[in-house]
Amino acid sequence: MGAAFLPPALGLLQCPGYRGHMALRGNLRDFTITQLLNLINLAGKTGTLILDGPSEQAQVAFRSGKLAYARLGKEDGSLASILHKANKINANQYRAIVERAGQMTDKELGLLLINAGYVTQEDILLNLQEYFTGIVRKLFTWVEGVFRFENDMLPPDERISVKLDLENIIIEGSRQLRELEQLQDEIPSLDMALKFTDRPLTNVNLSVEEWKVVKFVDPKNTMRQIASTNKLSELEIRRIVYGLLQAGLVEMVRPAGAAAPPLTKQIPGQDKQEQKTLINKLIGRIRTL
Amino acid sequence: MQTVKMVVTGPFSAGKTQFIQSVSEIDVVATERKISSEEERTVKSATTVAMDFGRITVDEDLVLYLFGTPGQKRFDFMWEILSEGMLGFIVMVDSTRPETFREARSILETFRAYAPTPFVVAANKQDMEDAWELEDVRHALRLDAAVKLLPCVATERDSVKTVLLELLYSILKEMDEGR
Repeated sequence: MGAAFLPPALGLLQCPGYRGHMALRGNLRDFTITQLLNLINLAGKTGTLILDGPSEQAQVAFRSGKLAYARLGKEDGSLASILHKANKINANQYRAIVERAGQMTDKELGLLLINAGYVTQEDILLNLQEYFTGIVRKLFTWVEGVFRFENDMLPPDERISVKLDLENIIIEGSRQLRELEQLQDEIPSLDMALKFTDRPLTNVNLSVEEWKVVKFVDPKNTMRQIASTNKLSELEIRRIVYGLLQAGLVEMVRPAGAAAPPLTKQIPGQDKQEQKTLINKLIGRIRTL
Repeated sequence: MQTVKMVVTGPFSAGKTQFIQSVSEIDVVATERKISSEEERTVKSATTVAMDFGRITVDEDLVLYLFGTPGQKRFDFMWEILSEGMLGFIVMVDSTRPETFREARSILETFRAYAPTPFVVAANKQDMEDAWELEDVRHALRLDAAVKLLPCVATERDSVKTVLLELLYSILKEMDEGR
């Protein structure tokens, strides 16, 4: 499946060397944008997420799990238009660019504007980041629609892409999850504890409430204890933990020191050697099935 | 006579009954009922409401029972009962239905809370064209790299055997590690 598959209005993204196997697809009713971003982030994926919403299509491109580019519906999305909307160039400058630099790529235009002293490189990158994250924020409101992920499908060459960590966007999206039922599905038991993953907790924008929870993340503390210490309701602690889980910052573990029945109690037999013999007998039997 | 049991769990229509059927030496004692929900009926026509029950006789002194849990959440009161005294459990997930991943995660966490026994996750229907890749399933289920996530085709006996064997290897490993 290549770029020709895309509807003409959005067939801008290039798809070189598509490998043929594509299975990451589903329905937004059952798999939220936040969960998709989480998956892309953790898997370090490169490619484009194509979402067909109720009235328009969005394309969000990623490189190694970081946000690179986004486009929504028929929005212009050109550098000139983004800078104009952000008041970095005025209406006359915008008109002049559209009239005289129509064939210029965004990269060429960006260099021209930097050299002319109209904007800095930082201005360009910050405004593009803001524009792309703004599109992703809009997607958080999409509850209907279908998605598919096209591996290795990259943003168009003429556009400038960015490299933005997804953790903050994911946490922001997770804050919008309000339904207790869904949160209970995600975190069925508050008697489990949390521990940090090996992902660094740097450059992550956490709210005060989130920091209060993070402070107590320790395999010794159950979520119920953390909630009680911070005077958080079950809904509040679930919502905060959900965000941290989605961003891949923490994982649920059985509380350290919890009375877990030893495995050997589940297995018949007088001693460990006898129990191991039993397991080996099961292995032998299943091999011969 | 010694009996041991393993539990096969997972969301509605993940393939649990079929999994047990593929290796059980008896016809699976299935307690299936016609499905009343219109939405669920589009996926399959009957479902397990209490449990499935399969058997593998090892020798005259040892029998392994496989219990399949009901997939629908309204029967989750059965889960704790079924998980009592199990050697380990298998979480089955339909690789072609991402809409069930959230529930699979919830079931997995619930079973982990019931009993800290070894478990493996079987990504069923990996032979289907629209199956999610294993690594995508791993991330969607938030599985730690140490958790065994195995490709599975529940209709194929060899595939089911591999899943069962991997669970038994995990049990042996935990015993060796002193649990």
